[in-house]
Amino acid sequence: MSQPAGLPRWIYLPAAVGVLFVALPLVAIAAKVQWPQFFSLITSESSRTALLLSLRTAAASTTLCLLLGVPMALVLARSEGWLVRLVRPFVLLPLVLPPVVGGIALLYTFGRLGLIGQYLDAAGIRIAFSTTAVVLAQTFVSLPFLVIALEGAARSAGDRYEMVATTLGARPTTVWWRVSLPLLAPGLVSGAVLAFARALGEFGATLTFAGSRQGVTRTLPLEIYLERESDADAAVALSLLLVAVGAVVVLAVGVGRLRDE
Amino acid sequence: MSELRLRAVVADRGVDLEFSVAAGEVVAILGPNGAGKSTTLHVIAGLLRPDDGLVHVGNKVLSDTATGIFVPAHARRVGLLLQDPLLFPHLSVAANVAFAPRSRGRGRRVARQAAAHWLKQVDAAELADRRPRQLSGGQAQRVAIARALAAEPDVMLLDEPLAGLDVAAAAAIRKLLRGVLAGNGRSALMVTHDLLDVLTLADRVLVLESGHIVESGPAATVVAVPRSHFAARLAGVNVVSGTLDDGGVVRADRGARWYGRPAGDTPPQRGQPTIAVFAPAAVAVYRDPPHGSPRNTVAVTVAEIDTRASGIRIRADQQPDGAPGLAADITTDAAAELQLAPGEQVYFSVKAQEITLHPA
Repeated sequence: MSQPAGLPRWIYLPAAVGVLFVALPLVAIAAKVQWPQFFSLITSESSRTALLLSLRTAAASTTLCLLLGVPMALVLARSEGWLVRLVRPFVLLPLVLPPVVGGIALLYTFGRLGLIGQYLDAAGIRIAFSTTAVVLAQTFVSLPFLVIALEGAARSAGDRYEMVATTLGARPTTVWWRVSLPLLAPGLVSGAVLAFARALGEFGATLTFAGSRQGVTRTLPLEIYLERESDADAAVALSLLLVAVGAVVVLAVGVGRLRDE
Repeated sequence: MSELRLRAVVADRGVDLEFSVAAGEVVAILGPNGAGKSTTLHVIAGLLRPDDGLVHVGNKVLSDTATGIFVPAHARRVGLLLQDPLLFPHLSVAANVAFAPRSRGRGRRVARQAAAHWLKQVDAAELADRRPRQLSGGQAQRVAIARALAAEPDVMLLDEPLAGLDVAAAAAIRKLLRGVLAGNGRSALMVTHDLLDVLTLADRVLVLESGHIVESGPAATVVAVPRSHFAARLAGVNVVSGTLDDGGVVRADRGARWYGRPAGDTPPQRGQPTIAVFAPAAVAVYRDPPHGSPRNTVAVTVAEIDTRASGIRIRADQQPDGAPGLAADITTDAAAELQLAPGEQVYFSVKAQEITLHPA
């Protein structure tokens, strides 16, 4: 191994401590798992229901993130209007907001007495404490991840290809489908994967806004939190399952990045 | 047939100009960085709205601030070719060239035929199935030209299309452009920094400085007798401006006198603003004031010393009126003997018969 230029030797110490700090808890979970019962624990009725709900809602919210987030990212990256510049920080706010606060905010928006919810309720539509609420909560927290990843990609790509496409006679909508989106595909994939992973792990906003009804709103993280009280072994096993899903996602993105380079 | 007429004021870039390009004509735009060359192209392409002005192509109005007409860029039939070929990296070469016909709603088969046709026109038929990242710089620019032509533009705008290429590739592309640029009565406008582009491709030259046209004329004339500082520097000839007085003399603005021959076809008149033009090779360089015949001798300070294919070029400090410093081409032997360094004072001397006098 060669010494990278300009890197003092002592810097490896805090770096190694940091790696341990991240890796050790994962090892602790793996060590705690009751391996003989592992399979039966993660395939129990309630676990399966929770896992399926998690995957379904995370997929739905990722789709929603793509539908809303891609246009958002492009507008944020390309538009120079004062309104856009003003709105930008607010869009990214959920990134730093405690999820519980996000959940409360959603409750006072879409809840029965909420800003929009009261009209929806009058129309017979109830969102809070339904599976829809889970999807909305997950979308709320993961949308900024997608937008940030994609906006960065769009900014660094610039708009010169779009400019050329325009002079070749392509209408703005044609440019969007045939040039802008294909060029952003790598950023799109990593952004979507990030959003999916974040949605899968969502806990605070979901609990506050959607509650914990088995089969309806109790996603895997909620199930783990609940099991921790009654059946610690099941909680640990499910945790490891989430870690595994997360690892697959991160590796998928990482491999994609490497291939790009 | 599509004559281009332009008048444009773009306040925040300091651009205010008006010119036209005849159908089938190729006009080169010269000028220092920031002179407004690219801004001008963007106004024509519809990528920028002028604060005041109009763009006409043939009998079509593309922009007119007076009536509020602004045809969007995609509907203008104005092609744009930049230094960077900017081929769409996710499409094959053939799909890149077929992009314009497809965007205009042609079917796949027709678009593919058009792509094959235009690739053949630029001698790049064998590249059709490649990806842009598999092309050399010259090949990529060839394909970019085919892609632009496939849109069948009425006006072709080129922004330093050869600047990024090595000498051999640039020569090949230059030859290609000469063949295709002004075909079908198309008018073409080319921003360049290269004298060779001007001489081989352009019919006429516009020189822009600080957003204004400071000189325009046939390419050969501008290169031979440049009126603007930029064109003089590009053409590599010495230009001194002043006023003609008795006996064929230009009195330069700082008082030095230049004796020369009035130009044969259009001699300047007495009292008229006049320029004296002479080649750097006609300048002799001395350390001490020379004795004898040369009447045109000035003391100058050496600014730069460069090697050239023909020997050594010595460029003096800027002239008092802001014009480029006078240049002298001397042999390497002479340079070795003189032992010059920047900052030293020397005498430039030119024989009167080497200087021609033209109306400014």
